Amino acid sequence: MKTLNVSISPHIRTPKTTRSVMLDVIIALSPAMIFGFVYFGWRALLITAISVASCVAAEFVYEKLMKLPVTIGDLSAVVTGLILALSLYSTSPWWIPIIGGVFAILVVKMLFGGIGQNFMNPALTARCFLVLAFSSIMTTYPEVASVDAVSSATPLQLVKDGGTVSYAQMFIGNHPGSIGETSAIAILIGMAYLLIRRVITVKVPLSVVGSTAAFVALFTAIKGEPITLNFLTVHVLGGGLLAAAVFMATDYTTTPVTFWGQIIFGVAVGLFTAVIRCFGGMYEGISFAIILANLLTPIIEKVTYPKPFGVRGGGKK
Amino acid sequence: MIKPIERLYNGIIKENPTFVLMLGMCPTLAVTTSATNGLGMGLSTCAVLMMSNLIISLLRKFIPDRVRMPAYIVIVATFVTVVELLMQAYVRPLYNALGLFIPLIVVNCIILGRAEAYASKHPPLPSFFDGLGMGLGFTLALTLIGSFRELLGKGSVFGFDIMPKGFVPATVMIMAPGAFFVLAGLTALQNKLKLGKSKTEPPEKFCSGNCAGCMDASCSLGKKEDEEK
Repeated sequence: MKTLNVSISPHIRTPKTTRSVMLDVIIALSPAMIFGFVYFGWRALLITAISVASCVAAEFVYEKLMKLPVTIGDLSAVVTGLILALSLYSTSPWWIPIIGGVFAILVVKMLFGGIGQNFMNPALTARCFLVLAFSSIMTTYPEVASVDAVSSATPLQLVKDGGTVSYAQMFIGNHPGSIGETSAIAILIGMAYLLIRRVITVKVPLSVVGSTAAFVALFTAIKGEPITLNFLTVHVLGGGLLAAAVFMATDYTTTPVTFWGQIIFGVAVGLFTAVIRCFGGMYEGISFAIILANLLTPIIEKVTYPKPFGVRGGGKK
Repeated sequence: MIKPIERLYNGIIKENPTFVLMLGMCPTLAVTTSATNGLGMGLSTCAVLMMSNLIISLLRKFIPDRVRMPAYIVIVATFVTVVELLMQAYVRPLYNALGLFIPLIVVNCIILGRAEAYASKHPPLPSFFDGLGMGLGFTLALTLIGSFRELLGKGSVFGFDIMPKGFVPATVMIMAPGAFFVLAGLTALQNKLKLGKSKTEPPEKFCSGNCAGCMDASCSLGKKEDEEK
């Protein structure tokens, strides 16, 4: 008879490692990235390369200086660099991704203890830092020469001024914008891959997109302006909302882990985005909305902490 | 004259109100948008701090313990009013730039903190120098923070452009977040310098040296003193 082994927990193991999850995210990001390279040209590739290189270099140098174990092998710095590049414009000067990458890794991630310890999404916080620091550069959109009938305004700017944008254009993504945010179809391919690989669940992206659309409609109705289908579609597909909802609002470290927590988080992101877009001066607002919601994550998790089986009376101590 | 110098050193380096005591954070973060503003705020606080410490120390035996806080506030408010009116008369641009933060010196916790912790228990001369030291420490800190923020946010220091032509100023540094970045950076830097200086001691021995009020049983510092006794 075989003897039974008594072992301590964890009993359930998974082949997933940080590295494999990050690799999945990189694969999922690649359609949007490739579209960006093709559409915005070699400069988009250059910006992305600089961004990734400076993120990895910042992490490596910091860990060497502080005599910590070097963790660049887990690819999380690469993902940070890619997401940062995704949210930049291809016309940015070369030093913008360097400052952004170093800020993301050094200030937001490493100073708070490295991977898994940061309380805000590093790439998005770096983007917000860049927007605040160099607002004129960060709001200069690339003029796209290859496509006719496209002005220098992004779809969100167009609708804010009362224009319309064709659906096909938004789906394919041949309109001005950040390197990786314009093509809805490329982002949806990436999302499908992440869902199949079970890296993310559909809860956060769906609640972010749904609540943004709902709140934008609500606020527009309050302001007494006409709501058209085109207007709402532009708000969902025309800006960075989709990319942010799929790749940035699903960051493991800075979003709740509980079921209802993720939905509340998504709705909070949607609410903040809609408030910024409808009542603020900015066209986008999704990056600020996500880092604001990141700050709420500990509270949301505390509220939605699941009750252990058998505990009575609302889990009070 | 050892005491006054010791007080000055204590205020500027050892117990710098901004970088070590972390007091008076509100003006520190709010007005240091330029080196000039930082210097002006620091010097006006310094003037108030010196005079209030002196007067409170002189009156320390007459002020009843129960009403000491109102009494301190009245004394501090008197000097703040004097400074405010003088600034309004002679340095109008600075007065306009600092705005509300000049009257708010009354409730600056460095001033009330030094009154409570030092001036109310010590003779006038050391108290005066304690105020001077603390004030200069505050001035130094604010000027440094202001200089760095102005340099990165506008490319100038004290209004002089010193950055090369291609430099693009990072506006965020003269906005509120910039104050936190620079303050944190400078505090970390001075901690690093202080840690580096005292290499002979193990780094965890950074207490006030007050072993009587210390709860750390593992600390060998107190035990050594006991053995010597």
